[in-house]
Amino acid sequence: MQAVPKIRFRDTQIEMAHGAGGKASRRLVEGLFVPLLGALPAGPLGDAAYVRMNGTRLAITTDSFVVKPLRFAGGSIGELAVNGTVNDLAVSGARAETLVVTFILEAGLPTDVLEQEVRAMAAAACRAGVVIAGGDTKVVEHGKADRMYISSSGIGRLIDGVEVSAQSVRPGDRILLSGPIGDHGITILLARGELDFEAEICSDTRSVLPLVEAIAAAAAPGIRWMRDPTRGGVATALNELALDCGLGICLAEERIPIHESVRGACELLGLEPMHIANEGQFLAVVAPEFANAALAALQAAPGGQAAAMIGEVRQQPAATVLVSTLYGGTRVIDMLVGDPLPRIC
Amino acid sequence: MRFVDEFREPELIAKAAQEIRRLADSQRHYRLMEVCGGHTHAIYRFGLKDLLPPNIELIHGPGCPVCVLPMGRIDDGLSMTEQPDVIFTAFGDMMRVPGTRGSPLEYKARGADIRLVYSPADALKLAQANPDRHVMFFAIGFETTAPSTALTLMRARAQGVRNFSVFCNHVTIIPAIRAILDSPDMRLDAFIGPGHVSTVIGCRPYEWIARHEGKPIVVSGFEPLDLLESIVMLLRQLREGRAEVENQYKRVVPWEGNRAALHAMAEVFQLRPYFEWRGMGFISQSALRLRDSYAEFDAEQRFRIPGIRVTDPKAAQCGEVLKGVLKPAQCKLFGNECTPERPVGALMVSSEGSCAAYYNYEHRKAALTALTMPAPAP
Repeated sequence: MQAVPKIRFRDTQIEMAHGAGGKASRRLVEGLFVPLLGALPAGPLGDAAYVRMNGTRLAITTDSFVVKPLRFAGGSIGELAVNGTVNDLAVSGARAETLVVTFILEAGLPTDVLEQEVRAMAAAACRAGVVIAGGDTKVVEHGKADRMYISSSGIGRLIDGVEVSAQSVRPGDRILLSGPIGDHGITILLARGELDFEAEICSDTRSVLPLVEAIAAAAAPGIRWMRDPTRGGVATALNELALDCGLGICLAEERIPIHESVRGACELLGLEPMHIANEGQFLAVVAPEFANAALAALQAAPGGQAAAMIGEVRQQPAATVLVSTLYGGTRVIDMLVGDPLPRIC
Repeated sequence: MRFVDEFREPELIAKAAQEIRRLADSQRHYRLMEVCGGHTHAIYRFGLKDLLPPNIELIHGPGCPVCVLPMGRIDDGLSMTEQPDVIFTAFGDMMRVPGTRGSPLEYKARGADIRLVYSPADALKLAQANPDRHVMFFAIGFETTAPSTALTLMRARAQGVRNFSVFCNHVTIIPAIRAILDSPDMRLDAFIGPGHVSTVIGCRPYEWIARHEGKPIVVSGFEPLDLLESIVMLLRQLREGRAEVENQYKRVVPWEGNRAALHAMAEVFQLRPYFEWRGMGFISQSALRLRDSYAEFDAEQRFRIPGIRVTDPKAAQCGEVLKGVLKPAQCKLFGNECTPERPVGALMVSSEGSCAAYYNYEHRKAALTALTMPAPAP
């Protein structure tokens, strides 16, 4: 007899926050999707699932993109759709091999807008070394979607010697970050033109696979956990880790790389940079004896110059992310709550 | 960042913290109230409490405009979304504040046309871009934001915009401070005076606090060094037995305030005889309404507003927290039924609300010793 799944999701309607990648998203996934879609494994959910086929372990993932506007400084929806999926696989310790994509298009979308995005996808796939092998197209009535949405799913082969899971994280492990935070989220905010100010910031969208490969080559046995801090930012990704491993994540605020313009924009708007989305960075937790080698490898790789060691894992405070400020004060930083900035990817 | 980083210089901050420890009499307990929600937020964000000796207690004051707004006013404002043509606009702070039947965001999820704006001028622009709709701006804030509402209304009238109105919830800070001082369960030693409000009203309106109540007050900026320096100035006054109004935030706050802003407010607003504050009840002459000469832009005159009065959930102790009688974590609902994600009271919503600040930055905190990881490579 099959056990009756226990649904804990009690929210009466779906709101923007359920898609924001923060607390509400987690509640939806853990409270509704996991219990009903019984095939999902128990325990924390990563960026990709692992399956075994004919003795080969593969990673598989899917992602969808609804960013508004479609194009922005440094990238576009097509580029995100490729890089996002490649990155989810990369931080799961896998090299993306094949993607399939779905387009949901609004009737009336100019063909040249679509063509531009397909070209962007082809170029991004070429850069990431991945094949787009198939797809599907649906068109909905004018007004029933916002121009175009893209969903992409990918499958990848595991990188030798890399095994990541929150359970393997131990007190004393170091936390590495591949580069400056907040560029993507702030770029989208400014690209919407709702604010009367401009700044020279562009999205950081890129494949992080080369950086992951660099760190794996230098420190594979020491890599415990990786995550690309997209929606909800670095703070949300690390809070999920803290909850999943039950340990304390202690960060030194001044070590966290951030562009001056992003810091200024956040200061003006009252936003927390650690809650702002990234599309081309990743976090890695590395065993202490491998940390220096991992950091050096990242910094030596193209696009990894700004990588930094931003903190360490502690026994206490349990399941909490704590930031020490420049002058010896500390504060707790929680996951993103609500959605200050919907539809950023 | 210029004008910011100078006030976050670790060495200067360490010096100021040292000076505070030197000035504070270890035999005495100090209760200092920071009136302004922006200060509350900064104190938590920068972890400043960790730098103060344990006998200096910071009490969070009523200066968070979202927090002091009674739930009935939110219901009143949201009732306008039932009109078919209305676009409801408000600052982001308002979006998750719960009304009886949900927050503006929940109304939006159910289909109401609710938009976030960054200034009332954006709401006016929206009205001009949508001439067949009516744009209502849910105005909120102390004297800090009231001038921009006033200037927007002056512009709307000058440009003959007919499809724009303001639901005015602007409040004034001085009557709130008076109410706190009149409250029998409050014993305060001194005030950290509001910074942004004072850029508009100046320092003179606080003189009675020093002269008649004998309490020192220092108008303060929002950076870590500003706040610590203000505490130094307050401790000096207390030590020397002085009670004066001092201005730490001179780089921004002129003693006489901003005449142009005050003039715009006087042109558009008049005092309400009384207004209800959440947790503090009715306070006379503590809020603003539009003058009759601006009646055509006054949502309260243009629409039938139900005038709803809602009592807060019994278990929520927002009033006590707002007045500084209770610490956020002492409220029965704190962290259980009331969290930033599912707020019961408004203090848990705004980043300036003391409960949200406490929850986000302080709650669950354990002592942190210096990180053991190696110093970054040069």
